This record gives sequence, structure tokens and C-alpha cells, in this order.
Amino acid sequence: MNQSTSLFGGFAATFQRDLLLAYRNRGELVNPLVFFLIVITMVPLGITPDPNELAKLAPGMIWVVALLATLLSLDGLFKGDFDDGTLEQYLISPQPLYLIVLAKVVVHWLVTGLPLMLFAPVLGVMLSLPAAGFVPLMLSLLLGTATLSLVGAIGAALTVGLRRGGLLLSLIIMPLYAPVLIFGASAVASATEGMPSTSQVAVLGSFMAISMIGAPFAAAGALRVSANG
Amino acid sequence: MACERDERVLFCGLSYRFEPGHVVQIEGPNGSGKTTLLRTLTTLSQDYAGELLWRGRPLSKQRHDYLSQLLYLGHLPGVKKALSPAENLRWYAHSRGESARRVGTALYNVGLAGFEEVPCFQLSAGQQRRVALARLYMSDQPETWILDEPFTAIDKAGVGALEQTISHQAALGGTVILTTHQDLHSIDASHINLRDYQPMEQQPEKQQLQDYQAPDCQQ
Repeated sequence: MNQSTSLFGGFAATFQRDLLLAYRNRGELVNPLVFFLIVITMVPLGITPDPNELAKLAPGMIWVVALLATLLSLDGLFKGDFDDGTLEQYLISPQPLYLIVLAKVVVHWLVTGLPLMLFAPVLGVMLSLPAAGFVPLMLSLLLGTATLSLVGAIGAALTVGLRRGGLLLSLIIMPLYAPVLIFGASAVASATEGMPSTSQVAVLGSFMAISMIGAPFAAAGALRVSANG
Repeated sequence: MACERDERVLFCGLSYRFEPGHVVQIEGPNGSGKTTLLRTLTTLSQDYAGELLWRGRPLSKQRHDYLSQLLYLGHLPGVKKALSPAENLRWYAHSRGESARRVGTALYNVGLAGFEEVPCFQLSAGQQRRVALARLYMSDQPETWILDEPFTAIDKAGVGALEQTISHQAALGGTVILTTHQDLHSIDASHINLRDYQPMEQQPEKQQLQDYQAPDCQQ
């Protein structure tokens, strides 16, 4: 009993501290969201203001930009900890690294993925997304961005020791993001065409479940390797 | 134990028994592998040949117990600048599953009373270092302390207080392993000089290295 409460204590402490850090550095956190907003606002200006054309582009466009916005924010996931030596303390903590990594990823999702999801309907209106697409859009982004944060943590952990890991991070992570993008965008697209999107959403849910179990382990292993060198 | 970094043998044939109640000072010129040795002892670095035993059994089999009583202070302080000293220490205690009731006392002991809620980026380099050092006061159990250059950026009075704390920890039955280029005045420390364990040839080729290791370093 005592062991399990203290296990949860490690998770809760890191969760709280990272939320507090996110709050103190809130200026940086808005970056992905602003990027998301700007790109989507530019689409009608750059391509066409015709609602019928935009409606066709909307699902894919919103999903691609959400994915890139997440990618932008990943670089810093473990960077700060690596630079100030906190990472070493994680690695020699008696608490399992899995839970510490999970806590960090959950906070990352709360401050990037969740706001993206909440803003998506506004952008859907801008891109004349048909009404039937809104619920699948939010649902697919809810599951999808969580997967993106979890899988992205592996890449961030692998490249944390490199001085310019940003490009490498994108190259490692992009292939893993492709399935999420395909199923996410197709869930919204089929809903706007009046077809059910439950199967795509179910697949996204299974992606999230698998990455929830596997990704923190992989990221923890990658962190040990990165810190070793 | 032997250690190698980037195909360069830092030291080999090192065998030592760290006894409870002892302070051990690791010495050696810059680049001789002091930090590497300490990181190996904390299990952070796994690039070594040989064996690490703790309480007579292989360390890897009792990692959790070992880490629960280990305190490591590296070159990097592990202090978040956006947080206050108290917040930093509270996280440190909670993340290890310990109680944070001694945070106030610990900060008082390192001379940071009154700075508990000031964000660390407003503190001086020495004060930030003291936030990291405050961890030494968070527990009253005998522990293993591994300190890499703990006296960096600390003023004379602070060094004196730190030496006292280290002696006190040793008296409690803890083990303190530290590196420093300063002489320890008030501590009766044993010494390991890594220069004594340096291989004869400084930068052997890889093939030679394997040949070389065979007679001397495989204990």
C-alpha cells in the first residue's frame, strides 16, 4: 500500500511541477497554438475562399497543421531537463522512469494537444467544415493528439542529447505520425460525406491505447541511452 | 573495474571498497575520468567493464534499494530556474517518494532562509548551487552521497559548513564519495588518485587496446 501511494506520489509531483513550469513559461506555450491559428487563417486567403472547395480541404488541412504544431513543441519536452541536470535525477530516482515520463507527456498533451482540439471547431468554421464533421473532428483530435504526444516523446528522448536534434526528431517521428494522420483526417472526411466514422475513431483509440502502454517505456529507454553519452 | 570513453581507456584495474562512515575523495587531473567514475557509481553510465557490488551483491540486482538511499549531485545542479527553491526541493522529495517537511530547515541550513519563494533565476550562481546542496539536509538517515565538485561557486563559510555536513553524514554511518580540487581541511578522507590507474599508453589503437586490456584490466 505504502509503495503504491509513493509511486503515485512520484507521478503526481512531476505532474504538478511540470504544470507549474508550463504556467511560468506560458509565453512559449502559446507558440504551437498561434502557429495552428495562423496557418489555418491563411488557407482561405492563399487557396480559395470558395466554401465548397474549402470544405473538401478542411479535414486534411486541420489535421496536418495540428500534427505540425505538435511537432514544433516536441523539441523542448526533455531538453530543459537535460540542460539543467534534472534528467539525471529522474534516471537515478527510485521511482519508475515510466511514470515520470508519462507525467511529462500528459502535461505536454494538456498544454498543446488539448488546446488544439478545443480550437479546432473555430477553425472548422473558418474552413466551412460541414456541421456533421465537428464531432468527429474533435473526437479524432482528442485521441490523435494524445497519441502524437506519446509517440513524439520517443523521438524527443532519442534526440535530447544532440545539439541540433530538431531535424532528426522530425525525420524519426514523421513516419510514426503518418497512420495517425491518415485515420484522423479520414474520420472527419467520411463524416462530412455522411458516412459513419466510428471505425476510424476506434482505430485511433487503439493507437492511443498501444502508445500509452509502449511509448513511455520506449522513451524511458531512449532517455537512459541519451544520458549515457 | 575499467572505464573507457570514446575508445580511450580512462582508468583500469581500479578496485575499491567504500566503507560506511568513510569519506573518499577522488583525485586526478582534468579529464582523468573522475566524473565518469562517479556517474558509473550512480548507475547513470553503463559503459564499464568489471563489477559493481553493493552490500556484497551485484548492484544491478538491487537497484531500487540502492537508489532509494543514493544522493547524487552532478555538475549540473538539477534546479529549475523558473521555480522557487522551495518548489524545487518539494518536487525532489516527492518525486523520490519522501516527505517534504524538511524543506524549510534544509533551505535555512544552506543560508537561503528568506529566499524560499524567490524564483531561482533571480538568485546568484552560488545561491543556485546552494539550492542543489540543500538536498543534503533533506534526510537524517545514513545514505550514500556521490558529490561531483560540491564546492564549486560556494563561498568560504559555505565550504566550511559543507565540510561539517559531510563529516556529520560520515559519523551517521553514511558513505560520501566526492571529487574536488580543493584540499579538505576538516575531513579525514581517504583518497583515490585516478592517475595511479591510468593505462601506460595514453591513446592506443583499438586493436592494441584489446590486447592491452587482456593482462591488466580483466579482473
